Amino acid sequence: MFSGYIYPNEYELQWSLLIVLYPYLTGLVAGAFILASLERVFNVKALVVVYRLSLLTALAFLIVAPLPLLAHLGHPERALEMFLTPHLTSAMAMFGFVYAWYLLMVLLLEVWFDYRKDIVLWSRQKKGILRYIYLLMTLGVTDISEKAVRFDEKAGKFITIVGIPSAFLLHGYVGFIFGSVKANPWWSSVLMPIVFLFSAIVSGIAIVILIYIVTTLIRWKRPDMPCLNKLAEFLLYAMIIDFSLELLDFIHRLYESEESIHILSDLISNRLFISLIVTQIILGSLLPMAGIVLARFGRVHDEMRRILYFISAFLVQVGIFSIRWNVVIGGQLFSKSLRGLTVYKVELLGLEGLFMTFFLLMLPFVILYVLVKLLPPWTEPTHPA
Amino acid sequence: MNEGPDPSKGERPEDPSAQGEDCECQSRRDFLKSLVKTAASGFLLYTCGFERLLAEGAEAQGAAPHQYAMAIDIHKCIGCGRCVDACKKENKMPAEPHYFRTWVERYVTPVRGETQVDSPNGGMNGFPEIKEGEEVLKTFFVPKLCNHCENPPCVQVCPVGATFRTRDGVVLVDENYCVGCRYCIQACPYGARYMHPVKHVADKCTFCYHRITKGLLPACVEVCPTQARIFGEADAPQSPIRRFMRFNDFRVLKPELNTAPMVFYAGAGKEVR
Repeated sequence: MFSGYIYPNEYELQWSLLIVLYPYLTGLVAGAFILASLERVFNVKALVVVYRLSLLTALAFLIVAPLPLLAHLGHPERALEMFLTPHLTSAMAMFGFVYAWYLLMVLLLEVWFDYRKDIVLWSRQKKGILRYIYLLMTLGVTDISEKAVRFDEKAGKFITIVGIPSAFLLHGYVGFIFGSVKANPWWSSVLMPIVFLFSAIVSGIAIVILIYIVTTLIRWKRPDMPCLNKLAEFLLYAMIIDFSLELLDFIHRLYESEESIHILSDLISNRLFISLIVTQIILGSLLPMAGIVLARFGRVHDEMRRILYFISAFLVQVGIFSIRWNVVIGGQLFSKSLRGLTVYKVELLGLEGLFMTFFLLMLPFVILYVLVKLLPPWTEPTHPA
Repeated sequence: MNEGPDPSKGERPEDPSAQGEDCECQSRRDFLKSLVKTAASGFLLYTCGFERLLAEGAEAQGAAPHQYAMAIDIHKCIGCGRCVDACKKENKMPAEPHYFRTWVERYVTPVRGETQVDSPNGGMNGFPEIKEGEEVLKTFFVPKLCNHCENPPCVQVCPVGATFRTRDGVVLVDENYCVGCRYCIQACPYGARYMHPVKHVADKCTFCYHRITKGLLPACVEVCPTQARIFGEADAPQSPIRRFMRFNDFRVLKPELNTAPMVFYAGAGKEVR
């Protein structure tokens, strides 16, 4: 229960489970996009198999990302004020613009250019309502001459190049929202945006591994092992950087040993032991890193390798969700008087409850299902080219 | 004679490339031109003049420049909690605990061990007796409220500008504009803000703005039986705040955060956060 002294206004926790979800979702978006860009810009050919899937994954999660924020507002009906009369010194006011830029100028455009030729072909082949949907999606541009397709390719590449800093912006910015709160010693850190960014890349690669393995299972196909191996390698590198950064942050705080160090160590040992030490560090970082090293570099059968990758990627998701929890909820579990700890009870029902969170967590997968049906991302030819 | 257009009469020389097209093309061009002009002048107006014009209008309506501040003399506070009660009544605040615009903390420093702080129901109903047998070195009360910072982090982070600092130095929340994102509550280092459970907007001390603009004192200052709370203008020569500053060794809370609070404490030790 409560211990020590907390300011009377601090009994109610301000940012709930939904706000944990928000950086988790945007992290997946940024990570999946950066993964896609590896193929497009950096020519990692092994990843061509998951290029389109990563793009669609990023899009599906991006569509859902603002919903937890909206549901959390005291006055959701006033949400548009952030667009119409933004307060320019506020980090949060930039959300609308960063989001709109990323959705409209990066993801949708890139998906459109990448699929344009296919969409035109489908609009000619398909029948019934589908035909009209595809016709609408061509936006009236039905030229698929060699020259036009070459332009699509160029435009797509250009957008990806613009998209990489945009993805960095999207999630680095979310980190800045927390990292710039000087009132909160648990959040206030210049490393926060960078840690957010790398954890985003980690979570994005891991979710694409999970989705790829599951979808190949459902489609009765054999997963492409070189691609999976490459994904696992990149995941491992990103995890090593992410883990080192978090360790650096931890050591830095410990070494500087500021006024807040006592309450923060109380916080870790009394409130965040399970979610920080157990699920974030052991289950979510060390174990999957070991799993990936074993599977990638050990002498393991392909089947076993896939299973290890899958379990590791799943644990990574648990770990990343714990990171978001530890930042958002952890940062509110101690008093700004630095004299006491408070508690957070998760609601079950209600707009900010567990069910709502679960719903918002599942919604991207439903959207992804529709997107995949509409825009099949599989690389084997689905139509006579 | 040359029958071509005469520029001196405002006629356009014919564009050879436009030959064969009707004059619709030119009118479209004119339209676009004027569109650009309108947008540019609108932008100019917005960036350099417009806002200042509005602000000057408000100034002319008689808002004299003030710099309101509060001073608190810890030595005088007896922890009766009447200020907390008066605040809740004056501002029609939710009666239940955990929503306070002002509250009183009690600090108890034992001879051995760490300082203990409590504030049961914001100190509104006074404080329980200190446990017997505990050897106490010192004990004192600290009234808390919004610090109406000169450099307020809450104002900085508000995404819609619903919370703002008035020209007379009071930080307010526009409850008709606040979206209820709670970022300001997170940004306040003093725990002075809360989410109003009925209005669903951020709420906080206003220095009783509705009273001070009529020349009255804030409710908490008005009811304080020992004059532990002093209210006035920081920069007026005959202000009680000036007097307080002259005769007391005072400090502000969490000065390291550079929020520049306008609530000054005399007699508050470093254990007060």
